[in-house]
Amino acid sequence: MSTFASSRETTEGTIYSVTGGDWDQVASEIGSAKEERVVVNMGPQHPSTHGVLRLMLELEGETITEMRCGIGYLHTGIEKNTEFRTWTQGVTFVTRMDYLSPLFNETAYCLGVEKLLGITNDVPERASVIRVMMMEFNRISSHMVALGTGALELGAITPMFFAFREREKVLDVFEKVSGLRMNMAYIRPGGVAQDLPEGTVSHVRELVKDLRKNFKDNANLLIGNSIWIKRTKDVGYLDLAGCITLGVTGPVLRSTGMPWDLRKTQPYCGYENYDFDVITADTCDVYGRFLIRMQELEQSLRIIEQCCDKLDQLDGAPVMVADKKIAWPAQLALGGDGLGNSLDHIRQIMGTSMESLIHHFKIVTEGFRVPAGQVYTPVESPRGELGAHLVSDGGTRPYRVHFRTPSFSNLQSTSAMCEGSLIADVVAAVASIDPVMGDVDR
Amino acid sequence: MSEQKGMFGASGTGDTSGYGGLERSSYSPTSASRPYGSYFDDVADELEKAFPEFSDAIEKVVVDRGELTLHIKRDRLFEVAKTLRDTETLRFEVCLGVSGVHYPSDKDRELHAVYELLSMTHNRRIRLEVSVSESDPHLPSLVEVWAGTNWHEREAYDMFGIIFDGHPALTRILMPDDWQGYPQRKDYPLGGIPVEYIGATVPAPDNRRSYR
Repeated sequence: MSTFASSRETTEGTIYSVTGGDWDQVASEIGSAKEERVVVNMGPQHPSTHGVLRLMLELEGETITEMRCGIGYLHTGIEKNTEFRTWTQGVTFVTRMDYLSPLFNETAYCLGVEKLLGITNDVPERASVIRVMMMEFNRISSHMVALGTGALELGAITPMFFAFREREKVLDVFEKVSGLRMNMAYIRPGGVAQDLPEGTVSHVRELVKDLRKNFKDNANLLIGNSIWIKRTKDVGYLDLAGCITLGVTGPVLRSTGMPWDLRKTQPYCGYENYDFDVITADTCDVYGRFLIRMQELEQSLRIIEQCCDKLDQLDGAPVMVADKKIAWPAQLALGGDGLGNSLDHIRQIMGTSMESLIHHFKIVTEGFRVPAGQVYTPVESPRGELGAHLVSDGGTRPYRVHFRTPSFSNLQSTSAMCEGSLIADVVAAVASIDPVMGDVDR
Repeated sequence: MSEQKGMFGASGTGDTSGYGGLERSSYSPTSASRPYGSYFDDVADELEKAFPEFSDAIEKVVVDRGELTLHIKRDRLFEVAKTLRDTETLRFEVCLGVSGVHYPSDKDRELHAVYELLSMTHNRRIRLEVSVSESDPHLPSLVEVWAGTNWHEREAYDMFGIIFDGHPALTRILMPDDWQGYPQRKDYPLGGIPVEYIGATVPAPDNRRSYR
C-alpha cells in the first residue's frame, strides 16, 4: 500500500491516507487486510452533498457502518450580525440564511418582530395575501431545486432541465415584484416593502396555468420510472418515532404518514382562509418524500389562485401598517440604475417638507424601538418548521436572533437514515432531506 | 436585562443616534399569576399533578405575548423535561432546539438556555428557560430525552460556552475545532478576528478530538 499512500504511525497503529490514484489497487489491497477500517471523507466540496456538507463514512465493503456530518463551512455569523443592525435591517440578513427559500426566513422574522411590537393584527390583509402568494411561489421554486438536483444526483438529467426551466419563471415573478430574484428583503416588519406592480395578478394567473401543465411533464419523467423507483424506494428509511425524537419536520415527517403542516395546524398569515390539502405518504423513504414535494407543487398553485382572487378584491388596499413610526416612509421605484427610492418621495423630503426628511432620516438610521421580551414564531418552510426566536431588550436593535432552521435539525437524521445502507444510497438520502447549507450553518 | 446608558451600545465611538444621554431601565419579565389564560393553566395543572416537586423546580412562570415560559432550576431540568415528554396529558414529544442568550448584567445567571417544546398530540407549544452562571456553565444534557437536541446543544456550547453534562460528544459544531472564545457572547466582538486557514497545521489523527 505504501506505493500510493503516505503512511503515518499513530497510537492507533499505522494510518494510510489515500487521496487518489489507482483505486482498483487500493480496493484489492484493502480486501487483503480484513481487520482494517476504511474511513471515506465525502465533501465538503462534493457535487452531490447539496453545498459544503462534509460526510465522514466508515465503510465495510460498500456498506456504511457509521456516518457523521461535518458542518460549519458556511457559517457566516448572521445571528451575531443582526445584533448590530436595526430591526428592519435584520430582514436583509436573515433572508440570506436559507437562500433557496428566502421569503420564509423573512416571514418568520417579521412575524416575530410584529409579535414583539404587538401589531400582529394590524398588518393589512393585502400584505398578508401578498406574503402568502410570494411564499407559495417560493415553495415551488425551492421544491423545483429539490426535485431537479435530487434527480440529477441520482443520474437523471432531464428532470433537472425541466425543473430549472420552471423555476426561472417563478424567479421572474420575484424579480417583477421585488426587483430581485433571490434574497429580496421584500417582506418587512409591518407588511411588505411595496405593492405589487401593475399587471402582476394577470401575469400570475397565466403563469399558474403554464406551470400546472409543465409540472405534469416532470412528474411523468419520475413517477413510475423503474430506475428512479429502484434508487429511491425503501432507501433512507426513517419512521415516525425516529422523526419525532430527532425533531425532523417537513416532507420527511410527512413521508411517515403524519399530516403535520403548520399552515394547517397552527396557521399564520391567514392560511386558515385558504383551501388546500396536506400531502402525506406512508413509505418513510426517499420515494415518498419526492412524491410529497411533487404533489405539494399543485397545492401551492391552488393557494396562489386563491391569492389572486383575494388580491383582485383588495386592489388598492395598503400593504404596510398605518403606524408611521414603524412603516418605512419611502416607496421604492425602478430607476435607470436599479431599484431605489421613488423620485416623488425624494422630491417631497428634499424639496417640500423638512419634517418628512427628519422622519425619514431617523427611522432609517435609528429604526424603531421594540418592547422588551422574547417570542418564537414558526412557519412551515419547504423543509419543515422554520422558527425565529427573537429577544428584545427594548432597543432599536435585536438583543438576540436565533433561527431554528429545519435543515439543521433534519440533517441530524442522515446517520439514522444511512447507517447500514450502501454508499450510493447516501446521496439519495441526503437529497431527500433537501438541506440548504446556508440554512444549516447560518 | 441590563441598565443601559447611551443607546445602541455605542461607547467611546461616535454615537450614531444623538441619544447618547438617554438611559434605559433594566427589564426582567414579571411572574404571571393565575389564571394564565389559553391552555397554559392546563399545562401548569397537569405538570403539577405529574411532577410533585413542581413548586421546587419552577422558579418563575412567565406569560407574555401569548407564549408560556417556564423558568426551571437546572438541577430539575432533566426530570421536568422527562415528565413533559412522558405524561400523556402533556406529551411534549418534540424539542425544537436550544437557543442560548447571554445577559452579562444578570449576575450569576448570565447564560440562559431556551428550549422550545412542541406537543403534536395536543397542538401546543411551551418554552423552558434555564439560567446558569458564566463561572459554572453546566446544564444537564437533554439528548436522552429528545435525541434531536444533540446538535442544538453543541451549537449552544460552541456559541455560548454552555456545557451540557452527559452529552455524547460535546464538541464545536459551526466554528473550527481550535477556536478560542464563544462568539455569540455579548463581550465577544463582531469582526476583527484574523482568520487564517492557509498555513494552518492539521493535528495528527491521534491528537485530534475523539468521537465517541
